[in-house]
Amino acid sequence: MTDILRSRIMIIYTIVLLATSLSLFSLEDNANKGLLSLLNIILIIVPLFSLLFSTIYIYNSAEFIELLVSQPLQRKSIWLSFSVGLAISLSMAFVIGIGVPVLLFQFNAIGFLLLIVGILLTVIFVAIALWAAVQIRDKAKGIGLAILLWMYFSLLFDGFVLFLLFQFADYPLEKPMILVSALNPIDLGRILILLQLDISAMMGYTGAIFKDFFGTIAGVTIAFITLTLWIIIPLYFSTHKFNRKDL
Amino acid sequence: MIIANNVTKQYGKLKALDNVSVTCNKGECVILIGPNGSGKTTLIKCILGMAIPDSGFITFDKKNINKDWAYRAAIGYMPQIGKYPENMTIGQLLGMMKDIRNTQQVLDEDLIVGFKLNSLLHKRMGTLSGGTTQKVSAALAFLFNPAVLILDEPTAGLDPIASEILKEKIIAEKDNGKLILVTSHVLSDLDDLVTEVIYMQEGKLCFHQSIEILRQNTGEEKLAKAIATIMLKNA
Amino acid sequence: MKKAILILMALIFWIEIFANIIYVGPLQKIKSIRSAIHIANKGDTILVSSGTYKEGNLIISKQLTLIGKKYPILDGQNKFEVISIKANKVVIDGFKIYHSGTSNLDDYAGIKIYDSREVVIQNNILDDTYFGIYLQYAKNCVVKNNQLKAYNKGEQQSGNGVHCWKSDSLHIIGNTIDGHRDGIYFEFVTNSLIKANTTTHNIRYGLHFMFSNNDTYQSNSFIANGAGVAVMYSNKVSMLANNFKENWGDAAYGLLLKEISDSYIVGNVFEKNTSGIYLEGASRIQMNHNIFKNNGWAMKIQASCMDINVAQNNFEGNTFDIGTNGSLVLNTFNKNYWDKYEGYDLNRDKIGDIPYRPVSLYSMIVEQNPPAMMLFRSFITSLLDKTEKLIPSLTPENLKDNTPLMRKAF
Repeated sequence: MTDILRSRIMIIYTIVLLATSLSLFSLEDNANKGLLSLLNIILIIVPLFSLLFSTIYIYNSAEFIELLVSQPLQRKSIWLSFSVGLAISLSMAFVIGIGVPVLLFQFNAIGFLLLIVGILLTVIFVAIALWAAVQIRDKAKGIGLAILLWMYFSLLFDGFVLFLLFQFADYPLEKPMILVSALNPIDLGRILILLQLDISAMMGYTGAIFKDFFGTIAGVTIAFITLTLWIIIPLYFSTHKFNRKDL
Repeated sequence: MIIANNVTKQYGKLKALDNVSVTCNKGECVILIGPNGSGKTTLIKCILGMAIPDSGFITFDKKNINKDWAYRAAIGYMPQIGKYPENMTIGQLLGMMKDIRNTQQVLDEDLIVGFKLNSLLHKRMGTLSGGTTQKVSAALAFLFNPAVLILDEPTAGLDPIASEILKEKIIAEKDNGKLILVTSHVLSDLDDLVTEVIYMQEGKLCFHQSIEILRQNTGEEKLAKAIATIMLKNA
Repeated sequence: MKKAILILMALIFWIEIFANIIYVGPLQKIKSIRSAIHIANKGDTILVSSGTYKEGNLIISKQLTLIGKKYPILDGQNKFEVISIKANKVVIDGFKIYHSGTSNLDDYAGIKIYDSREVVIQNNILDDTYFGIYLQYAKNCVVKNNQLKAYNKGEQQSGNGVHCWKSDSLHIIGNTIDGHRDGIYFEFVTNSLIKANTTTHNIRYGLHFMFSNNDTYQSNSFIANGAGVAVMYSNKVSMLANNFKENWGDAAYGLLLKEISDSYIVGNVFEKNTSGIYLEGASRIQMNHNIFKNNGWAMKIQASCMDINVAQNNFEGNTFDIGTNGSLVLNTFNKNYWDKYEGYDLNRDKIGDIPYRPVSLYSMIVEQNPPAMMLFRSFITSLLDKTEKLIPSLTPENLKDNTPLMRKAF
């Protein structure tokens, strides 16, 4: 834990986040617009950094993990403490880097939601990174997989959705889109925040359907449960795999 | 104390362990030797539970180690290459290990004192030289007075003085009735402390004999020469 | 000359003598406005003191001036049309008119003008009326400085604030209208001026304009209505220096133009609307010196429009500058300021050297495939837009500003 926190990269990450968010808020005359620009950072940079940092950290700790495994410890608890350590440290960096400025400039429900979604995304991508790292023994390939996963979630998935939308343009796709959005935590987080930002009106009929769903307590609850599942499922599989992995 | 029974372990096409059966007892100092890739490290990993055998089983104190983890409290392990979180200090590392073991036992700090690590407690692991890191590894392995010590290439990377300190410690612990399992290719180093020799090649156990019998059989006083003779015979 | 002055003075005296003032009030001899109207002669003034008058429907069928002192209350008791004007040159000034009746058959109003000329309705407060001030077949009438308020009972149960039908040469000035169906409604109204009104929170439109030609509206504020202004099936309309603000919601516009031609849109401010201007089937329209700020779409131009000339406007902070649904472009964009413009100005003439394309690929995609809005603000869409800017392929080739300004146009 302290090891991760002291890591130089981690400190740089925090400072970069802090600097961008502060400058975004002070540059934009409208705090809401600053929030929107921040949203892009949260949706792109946070997953990327969480993925890469966690993957690299796990690979660099390979020998240390071996040593820990030789200790009287359950493998599960070793793996979980690594996950928790990474998740907490990255979340702390996020909270300091983004959270403090957001609460300073935008102390309201939207700012709060932004924070929660950012933290969830951080943890989700730590879980995904751990899953990737446990699958592949080779460090370079593992990092490659992590980058690929990031590309998938932030770009390829949406491209695929766009493709589907055009292929099935004749069908009413608004409702299935809610389901599709659940398949990508980045999309889900983005939509959750956008709907709160009053932009739903611009989204026309789709926005209305989304609002009907995500605007209700039940919808928001389901969305957050889905996001939590995005943490639990990769974590479960990676723990399962780690339990029977040869080191 | 440790019994391996027909253990087989395969990595892809490579058979790292092929039907290996070994028995090691208290008070022995067993040396595992063999060329690179002969399966020494894999065997150790299987014993430590880091690798899981494809078939066969290993017992520790008559208990199957599969799906058990508590038995490792009785093992001290010194890895071949120790790599620790870079930003952790030696002191924090020791503290963490103590937390993990959570033992009431008196700690064996001989090596910490011997290696003069006490003055380095505030240093970060990332800044240490390879030799110092090895010293830390060794100190950790002995710290909790384990009944079994598994040392993977313990003298590699250590300076002669440290090496000597470690050897003395190993002998002392052997005399205390502990089982010590060492891998090494530098044979001459460990001549004077070994009681049993296990020789492995291509995943197979070639022989497992006590050093006295080995010497008698080959007529060689030096371990290295004795093994060389055996190998010639086998060839 | 002396003679003329004498005649003039005589005339004034004549009016003084023959135009009586009739006082009405709880403390006066005449207690009801109805009886005052009954006994009054053409040209008389009725002065009403403060108090509450529940007199049902007052019909004024002769030329009278009704003046309220300290806002006497005329209560329609949710049953009646309060004042019906059926004579020329009537003046209604300084009344509070409450609770008109509601009916789907008759358009009950607070004040209704039937087929009359030169009527003046000013300084009144209308509260909870079905229709507020209703003009039909009116000519040269003035509706000035009235305050109208209704309570949003849904589109069917609520009438328009100032409703004008088949009229000519009206002046609608300085009124505030809140919570009606349409703030101001014009149908078949010509040669009229709508000026300095403020309409807010009306259910449908702030100003609704149909089949009305040669009209001008200027310096009005249309804020937070269902949609700001709709101008449909009209021509020769001048829209000057108005404020279209916060018309935000599904299918909400600052200004909706449908089947309109030969009009001017100059000096207006469009701010925080879902769509600043939505044009459909519009032609020959000049748009200059407008500010489009923080809208979802600054302008949506359907392909059915032609000869729209957009010049010298400022586009700032809009999510999308221009949206369109086709590739045919018969409109021109010149010398506008676009805050998203990323070009350069080597010869320093304050005009960018490369054209600006205000239609983003993503806005085209959304236009064709609305569910794609799901990807709003995702990485892929911004990537698509960037590539499209470099290699335009899908956005309309001709929809561009060849002379984008480097600095704000004004």
